Amino acid sequence: MAAMMLNAMRRCSLRPSWAMRFGACSLSTTTQLQAQVQTKSKKTLARPGVKNIVLVEGVRTPFLLSGTTYADLMPHDLARAALQGLLNRTNLPKDAVDYIIYGTVIQEVKTSNVAREAALGAGFSDKIPAHTVTMACISSNQAMTTGAGLIAAGQCDAIVAGGVEFMSDVPIRHSRKMRKTMLSLSRAKTLGQRLGLIGSIRLAHLTPELPAVAEFSTAETMGHSADRLAAAFGVSRLEQDEFALRSHTLAKKAQDDGLLQDVISFKVPGRDIVSKDNGIRPSSMEQLKKLKPAFIKPHGTVTAANSSFLTDGASAVLIMSEEKALAMGYKPKAYLRDFVYVSQDPKDQLLLGPTYGTPKALERAGLSMSDIDVFEFHEAFAGQIMANLKAMDSDWFAQTYMGRKTKVGTPPIEKFNLWGGSLSLGHPFGATGCRLVTTVAHRLQKEGGQYGLVAACAAGGQGHAMVIEAYPQ
Amino acid sequence: MAGARALGVLSRFTSRRYALFIGNNFRTFSMAPALLARTHVNYEVKGDVAVVRINDPSSKVNTLSVQMQREMTEVMNEVWANNAVQSAVLISSKPGCFIAGADINMIQACNSPEEVTTLSQEGQKMFERIENSPKPVVAAINGSCLGGGLEFAIACQYRVATKSKKTVLGTPEVMLGLLPGAGGTQRLPKMTGSEGQNKGKGRGFDTLSKPSGCMKPLHNLGLPSAFDMMLTGRNIRADKAKKMGLVDQLVDPLGPGLKSPEERTIDYLEEVAIECARGIVSKKIPLRKEKGRMQKIQDHIMSYGFVRNQIYKTVHGKVMKQSKGLYPAPLKIIESVKTGVEQGPDAGYLAESQNFGELAKTSESAALIGLYHGQVACKKNRFGTPQKEVKTLAILGAGLMGAGIAQVTVDKGVHTVLKDTAVAGLARGEQQVYKGLNDKTRKKNITSFQRDSILSNLTGQLDYRGFENADMVIEAVFEDINIKHAVLKEVEAVVSPHCIFASNTSALPIKDIAAASKRPDKVIGMHYFSPVDKMQLLEIISTDQTSKDTIASAVAVGLKQGKVIIVVGDGPGFYTTRCLAPMLAEAVRVLQEGVDPKKLDGLTTSFGFPVGAATLADEVGIDVAAHVAEDLGKAFGSRFGGGNVEVLKTMVDLGFKGRKSGKGCYVYQPGLKTKEVNPDIGDILEKYRITPNPAVSSDSDVQYRLVSRFVNEAVMCLQEGILNGPLEGDIGAVFGLGFPPCLGGPFRFVDSFGADKLVEKMRRFEAVYGNHFTPCQLLLDHANDSSKKFHK
Repeated sequence: MAAMMLNAMRRCSLRPSWAMRFGACSLSTTTQLQAQVQTKSKKTLARPGVKNIVLVEGVRTPFLLSGTTYADLMPHDLARAALQGLLNRTNLPKDAVDYIIYGTVIQEVKTSNVAREAALGAGFSDKIPAHTVTMACISSNQAMTTGAGLIAAGQCDAIVAGGVEFMSDVPIRHSRKMRKTMLSLSRAKTLGQRLGLIGSIRLAHLTPELPAVAEFSTAETMGHSADRLAAAFGVSRLEQDEFALRSHTLAKKAQDDGLLQDVISFKVPGRDIVSKDNGIRPSSMEQLKKLKPAFIKPHGTVTAANSSFLTDGASAVLIMSEEKALAMGYKPKAYLRDFVYVSQDPKDQLLLGPTYGTPKALERAGLSMSDIDVFEFHEAFAGQIMANLKAMDSDWFAQTYMGRKTKVGTPPIEKFNLWGGSLSLGHPFGATGCRLVTTVAHRLQKEGGQYGLVAACAAGGQGHAMVIEAYPQ
Repeated sequence: MAGARALGVLSRFTSRRYALFIGNNFRTFSMAPALLARTHVNYEVKGDVAVVRINDPSSKVNTLSVQMQREMTEVMNEVWANNAVQSAVLISSKPGCFIAGADINMIQACNSPEEVTTLSQEGQKMFERIENSPKPVVAAINGSCLGGGLEFAIACQYRVATKSKKTVLGTPEVMLGLLPGAGGTQRLPKMTGSEGQNKGKGRGFDTLSKPSGCMKPLHNLGLPSAFDMMLTGRNIRADKAKKMGLVDQLVDPLGPGLKSPEERTIDYLEEVAIECARGIVSKKIPLRKEKGRMQKIQDHIMSYGFVRNQIYKTVHGKVMKQSKGLYPAPLKIIESVKTGVEQGPDAGYLAESQNFGELAKTSESAALIGLYHGQVACKKNRFGTPQKEVKTLAILGAGLMGAGIAQVTVDKGVHTVLKDTAVAGLARGEQQVYKGLNDKTRKKNITSFQRDSILSNLTGQLDYRGFENADMVIEAVFEDINIKHAVLKEVEAVVSPHCIFASNTSALPIKDIAAASKRPDKVIGMHYFSPVDKMQLLEIISTDQTSKDTIASAVAVGLKQGKVIIVVGDGPGFYTTRCLAPMLAEAVRVLQEGVDPKKLDGLTTSFGFPVGAATLADEVGIDVAAHVAEDLGKAFGSRFGGGNVEVLKTMVDLGFKGRKSGKGCYVYQPGLKTKEVNPDIGDILEKYRITPNPAVSSDSDVQYRLVSRFVNEAVMCLQEGILNGPLEGDIGAVFGLGFPPCLGGPFRFVDSFGADKLVEKMRRFEAVYGNHFTPCQLLLDHANDSSKKFHK
């Protein structure tokens, strides 16, 4: 009843009054966790009638620059490695999960349902269904929230979600004309027909079609859009280089301090054991300054060094209902709480997802920016992060484009991406989401905070944000 | 009545989206002498760069008016005198407009060619100073950069332009019967091509003008593209301009940021331009680019005089073929360019200024400028804002016209319903709309994504489902009063009370159609011309009962569709069809008198019509022509006689319906560009042969017989109040029927030719043919009093 009320309230207004919500919560009798006294403005985000969904564990393969050690693998090999790593970490019985969901962006044609191929290959029971989702750079976020939905709906109790991206090999197609000829060839009945079709092949037919990281709707590459976005918000080259350097420096420190516990070691067939991300390269401002713009020439500001690089990698998380996790004897790492997906103009606001998603997720949870202890934003480009921070700090932008009365507010930089980010750790499109969520859980544990926020932008002008709550220690 | 397909000149004339010459002179003149604070040009020094900002506070666009030029000179003098300044950036503060051209009223205010020549020379001098500036000047272009604006930009040392859709470069002077008179004919041939910077008079920006290898200063590389730009007047988009070498660097337009996209884009352009200016000063950006091998080969070829001569000859030949020598401006452009290239800059600049002066005072220029003003006036809604905006438009009949109307509506964000009675017809119509958009995609005017999202606004259907949401219904069904009545009743049964019913008819009186309506105040005529997406004109017909709001709404829809609109009174044939009918009747008589269709076409095109009379009849459709001739003949009596309607009827009976049926006056074969006279019409014409009267059958007489009947009918429409004024009459005749643009329309033609001379000719024809040529009263009034003019 109270839950219904709440839902109705949420639908009516995105900003339910706090006291009301608290009142509603106090009616509940369920959770014992409320006893935990926190210094935060709220005790917990648990809601009556809504299942608590927990992150039990999260792992990932090392993220490698594409074309390096993983070069000869296939996408499902990486996903398999992540799944096996998860199994090892958690000692999960191979038939204990109800469903497996993977996110990926550029699909290997042979393994279009990469979730299923990887699950079978990783030794999961063949009785566990698996499907693959795609939503650009937030594909594995989508995999996790799909799983959360299945749990909330009572369909499942334990889910493995993950993401994989393999940029060392991408499907390069024959031209449309060539494909058409080849398809006709397979249907040709006589030798004459076949010879005729073969004879119709011209040199131009042989030009291949390469996949591009470009928007279908605008034909603009993402780097180009990021450069324009940075310019629109007046983000200087210096600011971008500084942010990129910060990301690499923090990532290096986190790596050296052994904070990146989600990374598992992976024995690559025919190669050595890989146990570290290889894209972290803290350099100097002088060196960064030397690079030429990569997309908008000659006056652009986005360079190879202040953009995320093409990466191979896979990630996996184990998500359960709290009851199930406890029943299986797990100690969950965090609660997955409110999340939102947003979308906007794919041309001029392609990468502003975090700006739009953050306030919505916070409002759903009834939190304010100051309640958040840990921020993990996806760093597609340094310019994109800086542009988002400036957008969140602008009353004009909030009023003109977001229909808000005041600005969103910026996350304090001392809580922001403290263990590096996509710029330095790497960004396997489909796998980044799980890394962000796992990192938030680990940072909350390490830093002793209560709430964390994940936000990410994605191609298509979409975005995502999720509130994560620390599991009481 | 359907117009013609080949009105290339016209469609080009009007495809321009931005005003190039806007007159705001009176205010400007009155303020000029006073020593007021500068209002049009200002500058700010940013470090070592002077940012010169142009902004005409009294207009939406910047024009090179007297005051603008004076303030610009002052500012540049200060910039040159300021030792702290190393370079300058020239930028407009207006979103969507750099400089749209010279102030046309400034030119029209001159009383003699010499005065205009002086004006041109002043412009030349000013730009010469910019070209020779010891401090590099970077033109930062966002929005239209046309005419004098482009001439200004190419005098600068470097050009940065935004890739915005609104950024277009061009020299549209030729469309006003003028030439680029401020150094354009001299600099442009040296600009276009791939060389970034090449000094006009060989006195370049001296610190940087080091000789580049063995090349002698290049003249001609851009000769063909320069001719193309100046002779067609077409707009060039920024990316194309970059490829041509007209622009050195491109800047992407920005989306929302901490300011509006428009504001921030201008700021960004300024920032990039400032960096460029600094780069030029520090020599990081070279003003001379290395030439590629192809470039060098081309240069070498062009260094031969006979090659250049061949180009002049070819271009001259093309111009003569297209203009029939009726337009002096293109020839003067060729002459000015040639003088500059062959005899050196001094002779070239002199030729340019003198030719400019001469052209400015020609009747052709006056006619074209008149049309330009008329077009601007006919793009305004003098009936005010309608109470309800049309958001859903339903079209009945998916034929050529119906689908054409859908085509120009659907891409304006209006939900468009296309209804037909048969699946096949509907499929053909929807395919036409798709093809129109897809062609735009292929020309890269829109992306395939935009095409798809535009098409999502189109609903094709066979029933009246959803018509209750329609704000306006335009019927384009068969021209039969009974069918029109039937659909009107069907529509009125389903639509909401505010919905307007518009009839796309070419001749049926609207009041007859409205007779079947329960709400005649909501019934109006909207006469489109075929092909709808190419023809600019829309003739709106109101009856005595049509409410003012209905008219306002119809005009608003037409304007949204990008049309030039005339609003005329009701009557058989309204204005356009009524003018065309007697001319076609005369054309049939001319054919009956034994003139070959090709000869007839030659006579009409050499008078300035873009399409010959015989071809026009084929385009319109012989059946339609017969139908109209008969209807109007009944309505207006013997005055509309001339050729025998039976000629047309016999042709229709034999299936010679014009282009659509493959045979008419000519035989049309798909894929063939040349057309032959239909051999079978010889027999028909033989059967109805009339013996010509040699007294009125010279080539010139035949031309005036055709034109005078057209003009007389037009004047009569004004006399009877069908027309609101001579301006709309001129626009309707030129844009809808292809009346010679160089004559500016029937009314301007009467003014310039002389009503008395025209009446004299008509009296001569009247003596032979009778009342077909009886001049109307208004024309006689003008003939009797030479001070009476239609255009002041």
